[in-house]
Amino acid sequence: MLKINNLHASVEDKAILKGINLEVKPGEVHAIMGPNGSGKSTLASVIAGKEEYEVTQGEILLENENIDELAAEERAHKGIFLSFQYPVEIPGVSVTNFMKTAINETRKAKGLEDMPANEMLKMIREKSEMLEIDRKFLSRSLNEGFSGGEKKRNEIFQMAMLEPKLAILDETDSGLDIDALRIVANGVNKLKSKDNAVIVITHYQRLLDYIVPDYVHVLHNGRIVKSGTKELAHELEEKGYDWIKEEVKA
Amino acid sequence: MDLKDKLVSSFMAFENMVDIDTPIHDVRSEAIKTFEEKGFPSKRDEAWKYTSLNSILREDYSVFPKKENSIEFRDIKKYFIHDIDSYKIVFIDGKYSSHLSQTTHDGIDVCLMSAALSKPKYRILIENYFNKAATKDSLSSLNTAFSQEGAYIHIPKNKVVEKPIQILHFSTGNESALLLQPRNLIVVDENSHVQIIERHQSLTDNPVLTNSVTEIFTNKRAIVDYYKIQNDKQSASLIDNTFVKQKRESHASVHTFSFGGQLTRNNLNFYQEGERIDSTLKGVTIIGDKQHVDHNTLVHHIEPNCESHQDYKGIFGDKSTGVFNGKVLVNKKAQKTNAFQANNNILLSDKASINTKPQLEIFADDVKCSHGCTIGQLDESAMFYMRSRGIPEKEAKALLMFAFSNNVLDSVKIPEIKQRITKIIANKLGVNLGFDL
Ligand SMILES: Nc1ncnc2c1ncn2[C@@H]1O[C@H](COP(=O)(O)OP(=O)(O)OP(=O)(O)O)[C@@H](O)[C@H]1O
Ligand SMILES: [Mg+2]
Repeated sequence: MLKINNLHASVEDKAILKGINLEVKPGEVHAIMGPNGSGKSTLASVIAGKEEYEVTQGEILLENENIDELAAEERAHKGIFLSFQYPVEIPGVSVTNFMKTAINETRKAKGLEDMPANEMLKMIREKSEMLEIDRKFLSRSLNEGFSGGEKKRNEIFQMAMLEPKLAILDETDSGLDIDALRIVANGVNKLKSKDNAVIVITHYQRLLDYIVPDYVHVLHNGRIVKSGTKELAHELEEKGYDWIKEEVKA
Repeated sequence: MDLKDKLVSSFMAFENMVDIDTPIHDVRSEAIKTFEEKGFPSKRDEAWKYTSLNSILREDYSVFPKKENSIEFRDIKKYFIHDIDSYKIVFIDGKYSSHLSQTTHDGIDVCLMSAALSKPKYRILIENYFNKAATKDSLSSLNTAFSQEGAYIHIPKNKVVEKPIQILHFSTGNESALLLQPRNLIVVDENSHVQIIERHQSLTDNPVLTNSVTEIFTNKRAIVDYYKIQNDKQSASLIDNTFVKQKRESHASVHTFSFGGQLTRNNLNFYQEGERIDSTLKGVTIIGDKQHVDHNTLVHHIEPNCESHQDYKGIFGDKSTGVFNGKVLVNKKAQKTNAFQANNNILLSDKASINTKPQLEIFADDVKCSHGCTIGQLDESAMFYMRSRGIPEKEAKALLMFAFSNNVLDSVKIPEIKQRITKIIANKLGVNLGFDL
């Protein structure tokens, strides 16, 4: 599904990603962990097509197609979804109108008609119930004045609406209380299938108890310095990153 | 002959066309003298520092159109808010069009200035109100000198006018260049309520310059909501001089939507002559090319316990330019004034510019006055957020622009007007949003 080869990216001539290799197959869950500032969000943004970052070397393939030249919206149309670490507030645009626009623009790009209004409403109802989101919420301005946890839950609601092939969840667990974490994780699990894939970026083992990864990668200083199975996450929780940094130096 | 000389000499021809044996004509004669003395404003005038009339004054405008014109309703229907029942006062090349209009004298007067100026039954009202709010600046004086036609609206006491009133000016391009000077008088008596929509529309690419004066009097506890839709052709320019005099406990609002035209200057003046008055001045400007929109506002707080709210949003693309000059004047006597002013702007290109200047002159000590202006770009992180959800760049931009203008659009009380404005903006941005904002 996703193949990243020797990816280097920089912003304002400052190199942030320094040779990432990663392969994600359909049906898999990958966790990316790593110290603050190691480049996790940058990697997520580069995959999603943020123009601020310049890819200086390497390539990103989605289903064997190089997506380097595609705009962010075109990548979204191909099924990439990024749940933001810091979702952006958009005053004046309601959650519902935003979702309608996102869905219908995606359909338009695929040559489909707009989704009929009643179908849209039904879908909104189902997905908001699944994530236990109060309907009053949906008529509010997108993310404006939402609490940290509400923003994250809203990100997963959008993911549920858009049904992506590849979802990247950037610290979706931060800001969620214990109940919300369970609800959101269950939501993600319900959306999982053998045809799609998830990359979870997190600092904590806790989320991975719910969304169980097939692989865990440690990103440090712009490189994946260690990969393993879910046991690696337990080890990190216990021992921190110092031992890995030592390994890298050695 | 330059335009000023041409106008001054045209005044004699004008005198042959109108009744000069009236007190109004003395006002006109005074006014042409004032204009002759002052001439057109130039960049040397502080209030015109960022708006130059030079290029538009160069045209050889006809002052009195020669030919009668008629147009069919179906050709201009789209310029009306046609999905609501309304009164209509329609002018074509400055001349009243009875077949396109729908006026009334049934309990209220919605009719013509020319009738009000000539018929004895309006004499007292005209004497009491005509030219009693307009200032003696050169452009208003020029309009006063040639004042003859426009809308005359009088709402007597205790009337809520259910139907909005639309004032529309069309120019057909029969003259190679045309100067229009409509003169509107609106008097709303105690406890009455009226909503008015004004639009100027050129139907060809021949140059048109409109120099209009509108005087609005809101008496005790009256409510007036006025909407100006400025979405004219690139060949049309507008100087709008509007004066609102308010008596105690009245509410007046003017919303100005500026999306088109070569040069648009809005001189909008509010005078609060009583206590507990509320004045609202709001605007959305979205322009591109080399368009220019200048909002020059004044709110004069004369009496205590009054409020004013100014909220202007501007989005400037290409090489367009904007000016916001908002003056709030608070007299010593006007304690407990609450005056709010905001001017927020987005520049979409580095060749676009905005000059924004709040001017607060406060002589009372117990007042709340706030003002703020911002100039920024479209929020890049919001753009990426929306695009990463599949919304293309153009649509994402449009959504952000709507969001930016939203609190001004939201205070439009007539849903059909809000829808129309939304549609005009969507057309202008080349998007189809598929939902009403
Ligand atoms: N637009 C930018 N301009 C300058 N520096 C940037 C920019 N974006 C990221 N960086 C820098 O790149 C490095 C990696 O940032 P990134 O946000 O990817 O880290 P992260 O691994 O997600 O960290 P955290 O765990 O704190 O979320 C940091 O040093 C950051 O300051
Ligand atoms: Mg991060």
